[in-house]
Amino acid sequence: MHTLIQGVILGVLTGGVYALMASGQTLIFGVMKVVNLAQGAFVIASAYLAFSLFTNYGIDPLFAVLITTPVMFGIGVLGHWIFLRPLRREDAVELSILVTFALALLIEGILSVTYHTTYRSINTSYANKAFDIGGFAISAVRVYGFVVSCVLLLLLYIVLQKTRFGRAIRATVQNPQSATLLGVDSNRVKAYGFGLGIATAAASGSIFGLLFPFNSGSHYDLISRLLSVVVLGGLGSIGGAVLAGVIIGVVSSVAAVTWSPTWSEMTFFIVLLLVLLVRPQGMFGRVERGNL
Amino acid sequence: MIAVLIAMPEIFRAHWIWNLLFFTVLYAAMSSAWNLIGGYAGYPSLGHAAFFGIGAYAIAFMFKNTELLTNGWAPFISLPLIGLGCALLALPIGWLAMRTRADVFAIVTITLLFVAQTLGYNLKSLTGGAQGAGVSRAPFNLDIFEQPFYFVAAGLLLLAMGITYFVIRTKLGMALTAIRADEDKARGVGVPTIGVKLLAFSVSVAITGMAGAAWAYYIGFIYPQFAFDPLITIAIVLMTFLGGRATLWGPVLGAAILMPAQQLLAYYVGGSQIYLIAYAAIFLIIMLLLPRGILPTLLSKRRLAALAEQRNIADGTTTSTISQGAHS
Repeated sequence: MHTLIQGVILGVLTGGVYALMASGQTLIFGVMKVVNLAQGAFVIASAYLAFSLFTNYGIDPLFAVLITTPVMFGIGVLGHWIFLRPLRREDAVELSILVTFALALLIEGILSVTYHTTYRSINTSYANKAFDIGGFAISAVRVYGFVVSCVLLLLLYIVLQKTRFGRAIRATVQNPQSATLLGVDSNRVKAYGFGLGIATAAASGSIFGLLFPFNSGSHYDLISRLLSVVVLGGLGSIGGAVLAGVIIGVVSSVAAVTWSPTWSEMTFFIVLLLVLLVRPQGMFGRVERGNL
Repeated sequence: MIAVLIAMPEIFRAHWIWNLLFFTVLYAAMSSAWNLIGGYAGYPSLGHAAFFGIGAYAIAFMFKNTELLTNGWAPFISLPLIGLGCALLALPIGWLAMRTRADVFAIVTITLLFVAQTLGYNLKSLTGGAQGAGVSRAPFNLDIFEQPFYFVAAGLLLLAMGITYFVIRTKLGMALTAIRADEDKARGVGVPTIGVKLLAFSVSVAITGMAGAAWAYYIGFIYPQFAFDPLITIAIVLMTFLGGRATLWGPVLGAAILMPAQQLLAYYVGGSQIYLIAYAAIFLIIMLLLPRGILPTLLSKRRLAALAEQRNIADGTTTSTISQGAHS
């Protein structure tokens, strides 16, 4: 029982980070109807950035978030403008997936050339500290990471709910054509929405770097987990993504603790399979006419 | 063309060329197979490498457990069996995956690839885990070692192209194109979409699996990260896109361009990650500049030129009702 609760706690803490990453991805899907397969790659890129900032300047990754996030936001907007905006065709959706896939590979390639393929991790002074709460050992890093994720998700929520830009985004997600009719500049919303999604990837990258060792190839694992989270939560629903992140975090952590660590990776896929079998639109996704 | 394929190893009598030819033709076969489901049906499967690996491990498994190596050619008999196995395996997987549309289909197929890779690492009793699985060395004469493999790959290519050719001409091909254009309307008109999609997927996957088995036999030792390598998927998708999706010769053209280019790049630049950047860069450039691929662009240019010819002949009469929007 003790291990079970330990697993659940661990799951919630890790799930928060997944939730942050997934929220960006589902936001991008909602705004652009594009599955951003490069989300994982951007997370890893930001993790490397945080790593460099830490090893060269001693900036704690959690503070590096303040630096990496705006930078990656800019990169995201730029990337959208260069690679995704020109795709205005009937098969734009299909091409966009491949474009983001290619982007992911490009990022991976650049990272592996710059940093080589050894596994890195960000070892701060508190990396091995653990809190002892009620008999459960909880790693300090995970708690800090979770707290930062929550803060950022809260920020995201505020941006989306309280600002005009956020309203524009939500309108575009709900119904792009009506939004345009009402005066929302769809191009700008798409560009900034994409940037925002990448910014969340950036923020979570620092946290990811703290929690897990990574190398340039880690984004494959990451993207498949993120996709499971996003599909469970429902493509386009940010609240769904957050909830799904925590759920899947808990499930995989419990599986690791009670069953076996190697198979806990499979839980992501099993969840994905179940979702597709039972309720393909996820928890909060909308069933569009004939579409997923 | 069959004559060309057969003649190739005779014309170029060098081992490295045979090696190159083997891979080129193998990838051409896989790209043509991918074209069936990704190009014609419009369902970009990003997980074909999973079946490549399954085919590879299947033949390794058969080597381990049966007396397959009676003579060099015997293991190739197992290829159709493996193809059939992959096709059958593809049915439930395809059924599950095809409950979704293009974008989520891509997700599902990628996930499939990673599942396969994870299984490859973890099912140690079947696959040998990260240490890989051995396939007996083929007892071919060292002088002409690559040739039998090349011919088998050529056979696979002919099979893939033959199927594609056949499919285009029949109702099946029209059904696939209809699905790509607008699936709901196709269903409304009465096209048995699920059956057609599953058929295309199974066939496509079967050929990929057979290619994987041939590759495993050629290489001799397979590891999970190379058998289930996302780069394989990317390569075949890129080749099909480069040459032109939904065309008969497009994937072959793409393979003929890309495979030697990749080997060249590996030779000159060496590092294994640089060609990752190169692949990605080429991919992106093609997406942006030549979204339809080389062949369709060339064909439309020719069509446009022919139309312009006609208009010139008609000598400036303004009734030019020829619609130039005749892009497929």
